[in-house]
Amino acid sequence: MMKTHAPTGPVQPSPSPSASVEGVLALAQGLRQEVGSNFHDQIAEAMYHDAARIADRAVTRAGETPQATLDRTIDRLVTSRVWGFPLMILLFTLVFWLTIAGANVPSGLLAGLLIDTVYPALHAGASAVGLPWWLSGFLLDGVYLATAWVVSVMLPPMAIFFPLFTLLEDFGYLPRVAFNLDHLFKKAGAHGKQSLSMMMGFGCNAAGIIATRVIDSPRERLIAIITNNFALCNGRWPTQILIATLFIGALVPAHLAGVISALAVVGVAALGVLLTFVVSWALSRTILKGEASAFSLELPPYRPPRILQTIYTSIIDRTVFVLWRAVLFAIPAGAVIWLSANIHVGGASVAEHLVNLLHPFGLLVGLNGVILLAYIVAIPANELVIPTILMLIVLVTGASSVGEGAGVMFELDSGTGTMALFHANGWTLLTAINLMLFSLVHNPCSTTIYTTYKETGSLKWTAITALLPVVLGFGLTFAVATVWRLVAGG
Amino acid sequence: MHTEASAVHPSAHPSAHPSGAACGSCPIYHAANLKKLGINVDHWDYVVALAGNPNTGKSTVFNRLTGLRQHTGNWPGKTVSRAEGGFEYGGKSYKLVDLPGTYSLLSTSLDEEVARDFLLFGQPDVVVVVVDATRVERNLNLALQVLEITDRVVVCLNLIDEARRHGLQVDERQFSRDLGVPAVPTAARSGTGLPDLLQAISDVASGKLVTKPHRLQNEPPALKQALTRLTQAVEAALPGLPNARWVAMRLLEGDEHIAEALRNGELGDLRRGAHPEQSNLVLQLKSA
Repeated sequence: MMKTHAPTGPVQPSPSPSASVEGVLALAQGLRQEVGSNFHDQIAEAMYHDAARIADRAVTRAGETPQATLDRTIDRLVTSRVWGFPLMILLFTLVFWLTIAGANVPSGLLAGLLIDTVYPALHAGASAVGLPWWLSGFLLDGVYLATAWVVSVMLPPMAIFFPLFTLLEDFGYLPRVAFNLDHLFKKAGAHGKQSLSMMMGFGCNAAGIIATRVIDSPRERLIAIITNNFALCNGRWPTQILIATLFIGALVPAHLAGVISALAVVGVAALGVLLTFVVSWALSRTILKGEASAFSLELPPYRPPRILQTIYTSIIDRTVFVLWRAVLFAIPAGAVIWLSANIHVGGASVAEHLVNLLHPFGLLVGLNGVILLAYIVAIPANELVIPTILMLIVLVTGASSVGEGAGVMFELDSGTGTMALFHANGWTLLTAINLMLFSLVHNPCSTTIYTTYKETGSLKWTAITALLPVVLGFGLTFAVATVWRLVAGG
Repeated sequence: MHTEASAVHPSAHPSAHPSGAACGSCPIYHAANLKKLGINVDHWDYVVALAGNPNTGKSTVFNRLTGLRQHTGNWPGKTVSRAEGGFEYGGKSYKLVDLPGTYSLLSTSLDEEVARDFLLFGQPDVVVVVVDATRVERNLNLALQVLEITDRVVVCLNLIDEARRHGLQVDERQFSRDLGVPAVPTAARSGTGLPDLLQAISDVASGKLVTKPHRLQNEPPALKQALTRLTQAVEAALPGLPNARWVAMRLLEGDEHIAEALRNGELGDLRRGAHPEQSNLVLQLKSA
């Protein structure tokens, strides 16, 4: 197997090891018949007996303490049949609202610095040292701007969201969420621990898929892996937040816009949870048939979170880690986008050809060619969807007065500027809603696909994990578009 | 090496060693003795494994000792693979391995297998079982299983501050006597008790403190008899195997994994005197 069997050192020579090993195994076989099939239970019982005796001798309990009573009161509330779900929704809406409302200003500042100040300076420097246009275009307009956009649009929301989420985690709230969702998973024929891997998936699907290792039944683990993609991962919030703010928030008076946008994002996340149940249910009744197995979930005591330490570690461990990954993927993607926009074949750029090719199908499902191409370009990282869309619109509509030139990614100063661009590309409320839906239900990013392959070791299950959501996504957007058109009479 | 000796060392209680609680609360003392090595452990004198139920603060203990900042969270099932780090204490260097949190070592889920294989094939010099002091009885189930596999155990009664807040008094001397291994109360979040824990780890690792681990006593007589017979057979086939009784137990249960390890000689290599590097090699290959 892994090494040769050659004992060294002062080991007593044993007579022909393999023969005596077989003897031991035969004896074990015989004794097993004698002992009976309830060996496991007998041992477990003996262990519980000893544990109870030892604990009883060492631990003395004073009367009920205020802390224990408080814990139980909170638990009664957050896991109650009536209040559990509303409280959960309220809490997550609050977290998203704080993220949306709080991220605007620092995002603007970062964009101002990286794009309005550093970017022209870099260009000036490039022409001063006489870089050829294609090299400075490739490096600055492609690679640098893609990276700068990702940093300025992602860093602030992540720096707010991750610490808030970690505080909830530290406090002990997440196992209660798992508790609330457990019986739903069971009804869906899945393992209750899937609620834990799903919670991880809200941070990152690749991490969520690794977290399914806590599930011991292979059938239920596969269900958890396949459906993890329906947990809205952090790379998709920028899309959700931007589109919800621009299109959904605009439907209501200004003072309600923030709350309504946050609710729209929560609604999409909740739809993801619903899809998790529905798809788990369908899988457990078709290709992954079987009974749900039981498990015990420990509700840990509430612990006062250590706020400063949590903020520090969640920024270092999560925010910077995720951002670094996004930047790593943004660099080559920025380069590819710039190249495809600047290589011309038969009078139009490669990007324009592709957009035109995808456009009819895009319209059919209530999206458009630009969005579909953006999703193909952004397979390495969902974070790239919005910058790619903006850049492609400038190319296709020729709205060059807004952008910096062909193939240049840019950040617009205000929402209204972005909105004008979307309108120029023929976007409607339907496009926005379907983009939010498709952002939730489409193929996982390449990191997640690779992780799935590593965890399952099977091409078949990896392919199912990757393709099932795309098919569902097109079905969903097509249905919404069809109903929309019927109702609107278009 | 250590299995033959029997008497529980009097210093099973931490305050018996020269650096008592008063010194332990002093940061200078702490800093002078503990050197956090992070992940920079190329060579080590001892390997220490951290085992325990989910959500007992294992990762917090791990971070405290190594200076690493592995993410900790107040929920079970957070660590699903092993994390490694190192520290230096009293002139010796230690490699610390944080195992996934599990309730038992008897099932077949990946996290339990990772933990069990490390305890068995990794042959750590010390296993620190982190026990949630607020839930001693439930946590003992795992501790007793670990004690069946190895006798080089230190019990870390973590979250002792929380237990006190809940009105629980844990008598660590009684606990230590019953389990036959040192038991150290700690509150890893604030660092309380860690100097004592380090001293206990060092005492067990160096062999200065000899343990007399608790073994199951309340099996039904028929079972006990079968177990004794099979244990003797295992010992005869593989003299010097440190966990013959546990192997016998697994065989009686029909554990194919262990039967296979017995057949292909992996278990045979664990006999006392086999070169320690070999088992590390096995471990690395297994985890790859």
